[in-house]
Amino acid sequence: MMQNIWKELKKAPLTAWFGMVVIAIYIFVSIFAGVLAPYGETDPVGFEYEPWGGDFLLGTDNLGRDMFSRLLYGAQNTVAIAIVTTLLAFFLGGVLGLLAASLGGVLDQVFSRIMDVLMAIPQLIFALLLLTIFGTSLINMVLVIAVLDSTRVYRLARAVAMNIVVMDYVEVAKLRGEGLWWQIRHEVLPNAMAPLVAEFGLRFCFVFLFIAALSFLGLGIQPPTADWGSMVRDNATLITFGDITPLLPAAAIALLTVAVNFVVDWMLHRSSGLKD
Amino acid sequence: MTTGNRDVLLEVKDLRIEGRSGEEWNEIVHGVDLTLHKGEVLGLIGESGAGKSTIGLAAMGFTRDGCRISDGSVSFEGEELVDGPQEQLRQLRGSKIAYVAQSAAASFNPAHKLIEQTIEVPLQHNTMSREEAERDAIALYRRIQLPNPGEIGFRYPHQVSGGQLQRAMTAMAMTCRPKLIVFDEPTTALDVTTQIEVLAAIRDAVEQFQTAAIYITHDLAVVAQMADRIMVLRYGNLVEESDTRSMLSDPKKDYTKSLWAVRSFQKAEPFAGKPDMVPIMEVRNVSAAYGEVPVLDDVSFAIHEKQTVAVVGESGSGKSTTARCMTGLLPPKQGEVLYRGEPLMPATKDRPRDQLRHIQMIYQMPDTALNPKQRIRDVIGRPLSFYLGMRGREKTERVRELLHEIELEPDDFIDRLPGELSGGQKQRVCIARAMAAEPSMIICDEVTSALDQLVAEGILRLLDRLQREFGLAYMFITHDLATVRAIADEVVVMKQGKVVEKGEKNDIFKPPHDPYTDLLLSSVPEMDPDWLTDLLDERAAKGMTFEQSAGN
Repeated sequence: MMQNIWKELKKAPLTAWFGMVVIAIYIFVSIFAGVLAPYGETDPVGFEYEPWGGDFLLGTDNLGRDMFSRLLYGAQNTVAIAIVTTLLAFFLGGVLGLLAASLGGVLDQVFSRIMDVLMAIPQLIFALLLLTIFGTSLINMVLVIAVLDSTRVYRLARAVAMNIVVMDYVEVAKLRGEGLWWQIRHEVLPNAMAPLVAEFGLRFCFVFLFIAALSFLGLGIQPPTADWGSMVRDNATLITFGDITPLLPAAAIALLTVAVNFVVDWMLHRSSGLKD
Repeated sequence: MTTGNRDVLLEVKDLRIEGRSGEEWNEIVHGVDLTLHKGEVLGLIGESGAGKSTIGLAAMGFTRDGCRISDGSVSFEGEELVDGPQEQLRQLRGSKIAYVAQSAAASFNPAHKLIEQTIEVPLQHNTMSREEAERDAIALYRRIQLPNPGEIGFRYPHQVSGGQLQRAMTAMAMTCRPKLIVFDEPTTALDVTTQIEVLAAIRDAVEQFQTAAIYITHDLAVVAQMADRIMVLRYGNLVEESDTRSMLSDPKKDYTKSLWAVRSFQKAEPFAGKPDMVPIMEVRNVSAAYGEVPVLDDVSFAIHEKQTVAVVGESGSGKSTTARCMTGLLPPKQGEVLYRGEPLMPATKDRPRDQLRHIQMIYQMPDTALNPKQRIRDVIGRPLSFYLGMRGREKTERVRELLHEIELEPDDFIDRLPGELSGGQKQRVCIARAMAAEPSMIICDEVTSALDQLVAEGILRLLDRLQREFGLAYMFITHDLATVRAIADEVVVMKQGKVVEKGEKNDIFKPPHDPYTDLLLSSVPEMDPDWLTDLLDERAAKGMTFEQSAGN
């Protein structure tokens, strides 16, 4: 088993390797942010907007908090929240999509039309609207993004499962008298896994950017919690002085997005069965 | 026969073809020689993986993606095709060499009318004007006996039947009057009754235009009708070659003999039951429909313990739908299904687990009947734990016993995935999965039709042995009457959702028959090279037109 994984990995292209290394570093940083950071997440430890070098590797922000420490903590917060949100979206969309494909009929119609309605409204505007209605809090944001993103997952899961539920082996399970949940879990899901995993990587990027965008607009993760989106906003004025510090959190977002996409491209390529 | 011989059309020498798997190239055709004279029909036969199609394509200087000709020569009228310039090959293909594929339905473009596709090649090669080409196409349609030749070309592919499509494809190959046509299993996907019309049309056309042909098939009886000479292939090697009659009457090699012997298999113990026994399963006056479309009309028959009932008919005759009614996947509109005299609930989900256990099913395509992500251990193990509550070591032991029963080495196979098995092995695993439930009857839906003849025979022998050992009843759905002859006790003939005739096998195979049964029976190709000629003469004498004789 381990050997097979290693064999597959060795065949991975350079871009995929780059992506995996970058993701590994991000994961490491977000787990050990507390240990790695020289200062606390929310402690004002210096003057406002101190330059790079000296006590503060990357200077300080608009409230005098250490930029480098906040970048590390930001990884922890933003990445963790994005993963939780994506997981939730996949759970919701995946379960509904598989159910719709397996049961068909009226249920499929009802689910699909609801999803169509949700998808007809531009996502960002819909999210802003919902957050204004329910109030801006972390939980609300996670739920809103998860529900909105689950529509995309639903469509994919349903489309993939549609092709699987007509297979004879699903009929065999049905004839054996297996329950619906067993059929989905043992016969359908394992065969739908490859495209869903690839989609997970892609969705994660979108969710991540979405959270950053909402935070930048002030509707996402609330201060004083460090997150990359709001860090760009808080320090945006520095740009006018030719200081690139506010671009650092943006660059961190961009790098992770690129890395995840490299890995996803490779996985999509593998699951599609295409050989070069 | 030297290259200087003017009669030689195609000469293949020491042809070696390699296929790529991963990073490596493996040889799949190991040096085959082949000579074809003008106007001659050569039959290539062998099991799947024998390299028949690969050689057939190589005769046109073509290889599929992932294959390459590594050595040898293919010369057509003295012109070398291997590594020839692409432009020259393109000129040759279509105009002098044509190809007829297995599935005409998949080879025609659904967006264009038949005649557009028929005349495409002559227009492209600028050999005829559009009008000439259309006139010629219609003449060809008439020649290969398509109904309404003047009009049929202006239909789209989905508006004609499968057999007609296959004949239209032959007409398409003929448009440039090629010197060589490669037929790659042109009738394998067709019913026996349709197969005849296509065979007759192909043979007729080949004779009239003095075209040479390479006819690829795995069906010996078919090749016996078509070919002047037969080459038997196995694993990319030539096993034996001789003219058709001597090959049929006097095969030299063991492998050829075993191919010939397939059709001699007979059920070991015929059913000897009493008519007053309560049948294991009975279908009583069942009618069913998909939505508003009626499919079954008043179907009744019974299956007794240790008995094999074969249900035969063309595709669309309602055989598989009957099975769906019996298993409860399609609840019948009228009538009922009884198990040991007790009426069964119409829908699967309402039937108790123990009833489900007793009626198991085996499918036509073992590829889609096995979950590609489940190991054999789990495939066979699930019914054991689901129906019989087995766990842990007891379950593993039983799985090993079952694997042993289906003649697969347990240590070797128990942890494999379906993708690591051959077609025949997969079908054996499907049988083991059905056996694991300890059923009293198994519905076999075309279980051998996707398999090579030798492998299919092995499956039939296995099913027969299991029947004797465990007293199983089989319902055998098939369109292959050779299979029926081999293993059935009773036969039910279906047509358009109705039972046309039913009775003991020997009665059914003995005249007088219902006209439809007669048509079915007489359409099964025999190993006699004169069979097709005789049959067509006989039908002509009876005054049947071509289309009628083909059952349309």
